Amino acid sequence: MSTRASKSGIFFATALLLVYGWFAMSPAHAQEKVLRAVMHADVRTLDPIWTTQTIAAIHGLMVYDTLFSSDINLKPQPQMVDTWTVSPDRKVYTFKLRDGLKFHDGSPVTAKDVVASMNRWGKRDSAGKQLMSYTTSLVAKDSKTFEWTMREPYGLLIDTLAKSASSIPFVMREKEAMVDAFVQITEVVGSGPFMFKRDEWVPGSKTVYVKFKDYVPRKEPASGHAGGKVVKVDRVEFLWMSDPQTAQAALAAGEIDYLEAPALDFLPILKATPGIKIETHPAMGTAGILQLNHLHPPFNNVKARQAMYYLINNADYVNTISPDKSLQKLCFSYFGCGVAMENDTGSEPYKGPKNIAKAEQLFKEAGYKGEPITILHGTDHPYINPANLVMIQQLRKAKFLNLDVQAMDWGSVVSRRAKKETPAQGGWNIFITGTNVVASSSPITHTQIGMGCEKAWFGWPCDKRLEDLRKEWAFAPDLEARKKVMVELSKRAYDQVPYIPFGQWSNPVAYRSDRLSGVQMMPAVPPMWNIEKK
Amino acid sequence: MTAYIARRLLATIPVMVFVALFVFLLLHLTPGDPAALIAGDDATPEAIAGIRQKLGLDRPIWEQFGTFVMNLMRGDLGTSIFSGLPVTTLVAQRLEPTIVLAVSTLAVAIVFAVPMGVLAAWKARTAIDRVVMGFSVLGFALPVFLIGYLLIYVFAIQLRWLPVQGYRPLEQGIDQTARSIVLPAFALGMAYMALIARMTRASMLEVLSQDYIRTARAKGVATIVVLLRHALKNAAVPIVTVIGIGLTLLISGVVITETVFNIPGLGRLTVDAILKRDYPIIQGLIIIFAGVKVLVNLLIDISYVFFDPRIRY
Amino acid sequence: MNSATIIAPIAPIAAASRQFDWLDWSRRNPTIVIGSAILAVFVLVALLAPWIAGDQLGFEPLNRLKSPSAEFWFGSDQFGRDVYSRVVYGTRVSLIVGVSVAAIATVIGLVIGVICGYYPGIDNVVMRVMDGLMAIPGILLAIALITLMQASLLVVIVAITIPEIPRVVRLVRSVVLTVRDLPYIEAAVATGTRARIIMIRHILPNTLAPLIVQATYVCASAILIEAGLSFLGAGTPPEIPSWGNIISQGRTYFQISPWIIFFPGLMLAIAVLAINLVGDGLRDTLDPRIARRM
Repeated sequence: MSTRASKSGIFFATALLLVYGWFAMSPAHAQEKVLRAVMHADVRTLDPIWTTQTIAAIHGLMVYDTLFSSDINLKPQPQMVDTWTVSPDRKVYTFKLRDGLKFHDGSPVTAKDVVASMNRWGKRDSAGKQLMSYTTSLVAKDSKTFEWTMREPYGLLIDTLAKSASSIPFVMREKEAMVDAFVQITEVVGSGPFMFKRDEWVPGSKTVYVKFKDYVPRKEPASGHAGGKVVKVDRVEFLWMSDPQTAQAALAAGEIDYLEAPALDFLPILKATPGIKIETHPAMGTAGILQLNHLHPPFNNVKARQAMYYLINNADYVNTISPDKSLQKLCFSYFGCGVAMENDTGSEPYKGPKNIAKAEQLFKEAGYKGEPITILHGTDHPYINPANLVMIQQLRKAKFLNLDVQAMDWGSVVSRRAKKETPAQGGWNIFITGTNVVASSSPITHTQIGMGCEKAWFGWPCDKRLEDLRKEWAFAPDLEARKKVMVELSKRAYDQVPYIPFGQWSNPVAYRSDRLSGVQMMPAVPPMWNIEKK
Repeated sequence: MTAYIARRLLATIPVMVFVALFVFLLLHLTPGDPAALIAGDDATPEAIAGIRQKLGLDRPIWEQFGTFVMNLMRGDLGTSIFSGLPVTTLVAQRLEPTIVLAVSTLAVAIVFAVPMGVLAAWKARTAIDRVVMGFSVLGFALPVFLIGYLLIYVFAIQLRWLPVQGYRPLEQGIDQTARSIVLPAFALGMAYMALIARMTRASMLEVLSQDYIRTARAKGVATIVVLLRHALKNAAVPIVTVIGIGLTLLISGVVITETVFNIPGLGRLTVDAILKRDYPIIQGLIIIFAGVKVLVNLLIDISYVFFDPRIRY
Repeated sequence: MNSATIIAPIAPIAAASRQFDWLDWSRRNPTIVIGSAILAVFVLVALLAPWIAGDQLGFEPLNRLKSPSAEFWFGSDQFGRDVYSRVVYGTRVSLIVGVSVAAIATVIGLVIGVICGYYPGIDNVVMRVMDGLMAIPGILLAIALITLMQASLLVVIVAITIPEIPRVVRLVRSVVLTVRDLPYIEAAVATGTRARIIMIRHILPNTLAPLIVQATYVCASAILIEAGLSFLGAGTPPEIPSWGNIISQGRTYFQISPWIIFFPGLMLAIAVLAINLVGDGLRDTLDPRIARRM
């Protein structure tokens, strides 16, 4: 080969190598510490007030901060608030914000931002609406102080502000908080420990957060959502994997670090994989809801609803959805088990042996003549689909029932359950969903227990006495008094049957303990600060 | 030739109009309310109504269609109801993975299938022929996701040679992208391989029985040269046709493959949008897919000229 | 072109004056025989389902994910259901889907194709519509259709059929276009024979051969598409077992209990293979020149 050819050959080879090297060179941010997590859903909407989806609250908890937070024992602790005073008649609360609170754009957090944020949240969240209904005024006194005045000594102000499940009362800039509560905000500027990287957001695939360097954490150690929110990584990526099998395999192979809700059947595999830890919070759990339509026959008659207790076998649901006994809690309390307000007074018909004959008799007394019972069977959901299959099988045993099972995707269920027409005209009789135990553990935050008739949740249960009991609970002076009200509440719930509860089961978190430390557990919304990655 | 291309392009317009109308009507007659989905499980009926009104979903259908068409003219494919991002942005984000997957699959399929078909034709009606054809038909008979899971289990979980899921963008290095696309390309490519291999074999057999081949053989030209230089070129037309037909398979399979391997591409975007009733995304994407299909068909027809001098437009 | 061959595409059989030698024919066309035999077994299983299978709906959560045993021949799934019974009943559903889609798509495609081939005016409009339909990716169209109406077996069949129709129309139309210019058709027109008679008595028979072959491919394709739709969560309702459904519901347990996917997957592959064998064999037997047009 001539020198010319070999020279050009070398030049060519070098050029090729350079090009390859340029391509193969890792991008700068790979030197950073990146926490890769897969959550139970994809971050699709950025406004945690506008929607009640838990994933929106998870996103919100990254970028926003709250006045109060729940610690690991679900007790409210101050977060953005430094000190506060309560008037002797318990109607006026005066709060003072702590120092150093800044938004991601550099502007300081003021009381005006807080007031606007609370007003906006209070228009959408059910517990917030309750709170606002007792509020006469909420004003900023100076840049750091605001005053909350109520017309009655509503004892749940701080507990409500410390909510740990959707919708959490996040503090936004006054600019965003002034946006109509029915319109999504478009800019994401909070005062939380992480910043949202909008330019790297791929909806349906990846959401990226980076550490907010100017965040001033509290001095206390992190506990649940409370305490100092110290971020120990540079970046957090929420990756969305729709296939639970893929997500589990990715965790096992180390391609991700944290899996919020592994499919329960994979837990044995994950437990057996070295370096992976399965962890849960005692109050973590999902409670199943078999919702009945109170507007139309047969379930507009309380006897038909009570008949369901003799047909539905609670144990079948937990055994199907969550066969691991350590994750199950056979629960007959309308307000969750393993929580302070647990109560199952009146549950004898449900706990007792199934009795098809008795159910038939009750249905007859309710005037049931064999009309079709329309069931909205949501098929593409990890626990709602199996729960439906269990229910259908249980109801089929009652041969006197005429079942009209309509299989559809969850999106169709959501839109159809809002219809108040008769089932024949496009309405429904039964659908299944669930809620997290924390939300249902308080009569105020438990949306589905409300029996406010047209104002109630889908199914529109109607009972004044139960509503009065809920109010009584809210105004009870202390824990003992509240527990007494719970007995009455449970009795009334079992008598009027707003819905049939089933469950409860736990959805533990799985993460790589060989890489991560400092992972906090909370029942519904996992906190991502305090986590260190090797 | 240019006249032909012009004529074909013009003919695509009524087709695309039909597609747009069909898709739009289909979506707006669907039960399924994005407002309810967006509001979430615990929302009250008034909240949902409020959201619906803000999104303009309660205006009459023809008004919504009019807006849609006008925006289309301006190249505006609409804005996602859920994320608030323009459809074009969402498409741009996910274009690379899908294109890389499609091209890789095509490459893998052709590289493996054409030689397989040639081999089978060469050794027609022998054991080799049956084995090769049997193997390719297997690729056609098994659903894509089954092949995908098998590949993941063997190569990613057990042998740990390749990643379980995900797509590494080109900017992270071609070798990374290649590693992440190997299994998906094979899973998707199996069915394609079967088609191409069969077609190759069939056309090769037909060409091989022609007189001029026998002449070449009689002249003493080696079989392999005969196969490659003469037969393959003439068999190219039907092979390219099959590639075009297989495009349908590819697009359908892309959706499933992207789900199994968690590749953030256009297929997955469309399915998610359909299940969430994010109308603007569905409309925009189906129009894009239809447009691509029409364009590819045109390209294939034009490519015939190069392969078969007898075809003139 | 020999008109006799075109009018009676199964000429080799009909024209023979001696008794037809099945054995000889079978030996020369092993693919059709094997394929048909396998299919016959499936059809038999489907028909005898209530007698040879247990309860495919009932389940007992305590029996979940048991490996194949004497009690559960193919093991049990995550609900404790017997996989064997579900696979047997699934044979019915999958075959019904395949055959229905093939039959409906073929009939509708035939009618449209013949009319289009015969009347150029209608042809222009309808073919644009067909092009439009073909341009939309079939699986997306199917998912959209299925979410439009609520999921049921009928809806799934309709949703899979619609994207298959344009291909059949094209095939039929191309045959019609070729045949239409033949002298004897012109003669029929000249003597005043009604269009409908010409279409039914003269043109239609020529389309049958390629149509039947195409129908077998459509059948196989439909079964596979149904599996794919179930995988994406937009297929037959979960209560109804079809092979695709069983695989889809069992896929999460692939690593723990692979038999849930293995057995229906095996049945699926064998059935599709068998159908393809029959299709290929038919294509080779019938006039290869007509077959090549596909």
